[in-house]
Amino acid sequence: MTKIILFNDKYHRDTILVIISLPNMSLVKDKISSFCYHCGENCNDNSVKLDDKSFCCEGCKAVFQILDGHNLCEYYSIDGEAGLKVKEVPFEKRFDYLDDKDIISKIVEFNNKNLSSVTFSIPEIHCSSCIWLLERINKVNPGVINSRVDFLQKRVSILFDNEITTLKEVVKSLVSVGYEPNINLDTEFKKKSSGKNFRDLYARIGVAGFCLGNIMLLSFPEYLAIGDTYDQGLKNVFNYLNILLGIPVITYCSSPYFISAWKGLKNKFINIDVPISLGLLALFLRSIYEIVLHSNAGFMDSLAGLVFFLLIGKLFQSKTYESINFERDYKSYFPISVTCNKKGAETCIPVSKLNVGDRIIIRNNEIIPVDAILFSGEGYIDYSFVTGESIPEQKVLGEIIYAGGKHLGSAIELEVLRTVSQSYLTQLWNDKAFVKTRKSGIESLTNFVSKYFTIAILLIAFASAFYWLPTDVDKALTAFTTVLIIACPCALALTTPFALGNSLRILGKNKFYLRDSFVIETMSKIDSIVLDKTGTITNTKDLRIEFIGSELSDEDNALVKSLVRNSTHPLSRRIHESLNGSYVFRSTEFEEIAGEGISGQVEGRIVKLGNIRYVLGDIECPFQKFSTDFRKNLVSTNVFLSIDGEVKGFYSFSSKYRDGLEPLLNELSTKYNISLISGDKNHERTMLKKFFEDDQLHFDQMPSDKLRYVRSKQKKGEKVMMIGDGLNDAGALKQSDIGVSVTEDVASFSPACDIIMDAQEFSKLGSFMNFARSTMLIIKVSFVISFFYNVIGLYLASQGTFSPLIAAILMPFNSISIVLFVVGMTNLSAKRRKLI
Amino acid sequence: MSVILVLIGASLIVATGFLLAFIWSVKNDQYEDRFTPSVRMLFDEDESRKDL
Repeated sequence: MTKIILFNDKYHRDTILVIISLPNMSLVKDKISSFCYHCGENCNDNSVKLDDKSFCCEGCKAVFQILDGHNLCEYYSIDGEAGLKVKEVPFEKRFDYLDDKDIISKIVEFNNKNLSSVTFSIPEIHCSSCIWLLERINKVNPGVINSRVDFLQKRVSILFDNEITTLKEVVKSLVSVGYEPNINLDTEFKKKSSGKNFRDLYARIGVAGFCLGNIMLLSFPEYLAIGDTYDQGLKNVFNYLNILLGIPVITYCSSPYFISAWKGLKNKFINIDVPISLGLLALFLRSIYEIVLHSNAGFMDSLAGLVFFLLIGKLFQSKTYESINFERDYKSYFPISVTCNKKGAETCIPVSKLNVGDRIIIRNNEIIPVDAILFSGEGYIDYSFVTGESIPEQKVLGEIIYAGGKHLGSAIELEVLRTVSQSYLTQLWNDKAFVKTRKSGIESLTNFVSKYFTIAILLIAFASAFYWLPTDVDKALTAFTTVLIIACPCALALTTPFALGNSLRILGKNKFYLRDSFVIETMSKIDSIVLDKTGTITNTKDLRIEFIGSELSDEDNALVKSLVRNSTHPLSRRIHESLNGSYVFRSTEFEEIAGEGISGQVEGRIVKLGNIRYVLGDIECPFQKFSTDFRKNLVSTNVFLSIDGEVKGFYSFSSKYRDGLEPLLNELSTKYNISLISGDKNHERTMLKKFFEDDQLHFDQMPSDKLRYVRSKQKKGEKVMMIGDGLNDAGALKQSDIGVSVTEDVASFSPACDIIMDAQEFSKLGSFMNFARSTMLIIKVSFVISFFYNVIGLYLASQGTFSPLIAAILMPFNSISIVLFVVGMTNLSAKRRKLI
Repeated sequence: MSVILVLIGASLIVATGFLLAFIWSVKNDQYEDRFTPSVRMLFDEDESRKDL
């Protein structure tokens, strides 16, 4: 029996495989009976029994029964961490929308007669048992022909037979074993983008490496300077073989450079690939010329070597930002379907087919896809994705609920007010003002350098050619090609991918993810930083709870706890958590009034919790003034408490400023113009005055005001970095030169931006900015070094000593030394800032 | 010395064979997922697969 354990380190994306051999299989899942046989969680007292096994819930038991029924129980023995708690028993008709032809055609990758292929993203994939089970899903659903798991991408590709099963049945069988695929409108995007990006590059590198090795082997006599002693015939054979091996290098391996150069020229734009292409062509043609006309050795080894290194640089660059997908928008976060109540019957229909007036049902933790009016039930809407505010808003009957909120609590029924495309969020997103005209103002450094560089090189090449032309045509040709070869800016081309790629990697390790490497360049030019407040400089996830008023006795605490445990309101739950350790009584006459508060009798005493109106009525009390004073200092939500009519005080929920905010703002304000823009009221102005200039604090700002503010700063010529979190910052994030989205969970949704930053690392922002600046400095220094190499090369050429041998030594030496320099220096600069 | 031509020819043919094998493996998606196969090979054979 072999036990395989995977440790998936989600931050570093490294996976460690540990294999332990166990003598006896029964040891593996030796769970104590009070723990759920499926998920391993403590069953408490409400366990469900089946034979001698106990389960924490019906969901877990159902999964076990299916596995047991299909002889798949080995699932539990492969990895001890196999089962995951089944969240809830899924609603029967939840996947009805998968019968819809439009939806099917959007999700299925290809249809071939009766075969269909589909790829699902399944976030639950976490261990080797998952791979084992998902690749045997055909035992549960015989219509599945083949299924393959990609563990690191957490994806499963399934090939199924249309005649035996349907897409809906496939999804249902996945759900039945506890693996619910993540289906949302974004699935379509993934389908398009899951390209074979690296396949092509790997093949090119393979061919280039093959040619390089063989050419070097055949050039060995040249390297050992025995070129003159051996047979001329043999020498010719070697040289012609080199040409043969050089052909795939120039036609196949280097074609991306020619294509990119050509595209640039067609748009009247000289990019770095233009001088590279010229250099590569000059190398190839000069080699043919030397070999065919003069029977000399060519430069094929240098050619193959350069292409090989360039392609490796390209691979390194593309590898560094493979992992994070930035093209997220509201669609990746909205559900694909919604439960619709049509004349009493519940069906699932695609969100895009909702009409105004339809009744939809939203369950706990579901996202509201359209603007709608609350029709029945109590709505607690968590708008943290939209505004960054994590305390849910309570909605009462007849109120409009905007799309994008997540509903917490028991199911509610809504009437659709606007269709998806007309909803507020979608409109906001599609607003023309929000479409970013992509940074045309900032030209990337490399392209700027390469433009002048290419012109200069061409001038020198032509000048030397014309100088020799009247006297010696042969020499003119040699001089012309030599200049092009020496000046081939391969070191230059390698500097940028390696320096930026390495910096991106280092920043990524610090959970600061950049959209692409050019963002670093823009970061180094930033002179103005605009911050959002809620969720950005405050930490909304970690609410501070405090009781203010007369001190509560142990009995009082127990009374409160006994009351709040009846309520599902998030604030009640938070109070419940904070009273950890208190004992509870039975409570009677429990009453909850939406938007007001809760009350009930505990041990014969009347306990009331709720807002100021609900608990105090018209009574004046000392806490009232205190509470308003308190509000001035902190963003807080206050919940009042009275026992037997006596007001005890209030619980205050407040969000804290992030750790390390003060030193960070002090550091930033010395180098940048910092300002704050918030949608909140200005009761925190006094607190924030410490960090910001008074006229740089802006409150009560709408999303469009934020956008306009950023734009007005840009009109003044400032390069603006906007730091925000919610969708209400989306416009400003897009408008700014760099939009940074601060998020508690990097994998979750965040608005379109250039940088995604983990909230825990917020205090390191200053170091990141400095690091970006030093990276650009390193690049500039390495440019100077590579120019220096070019000067040496030109000097050697002018002395007439530029032989194939010198080229074969000098050119790889250039490239490798530059790469070592930039990688070493960026690592050093990161170490100095304690980033690695 | 001409024997060297035979040797070079032979070595190139062998090397080309490996190159083609590499290109085949790339086109065959063997570099798409370099982790899962290492786990998959450690699973014990099960009944249904033995029949295949």
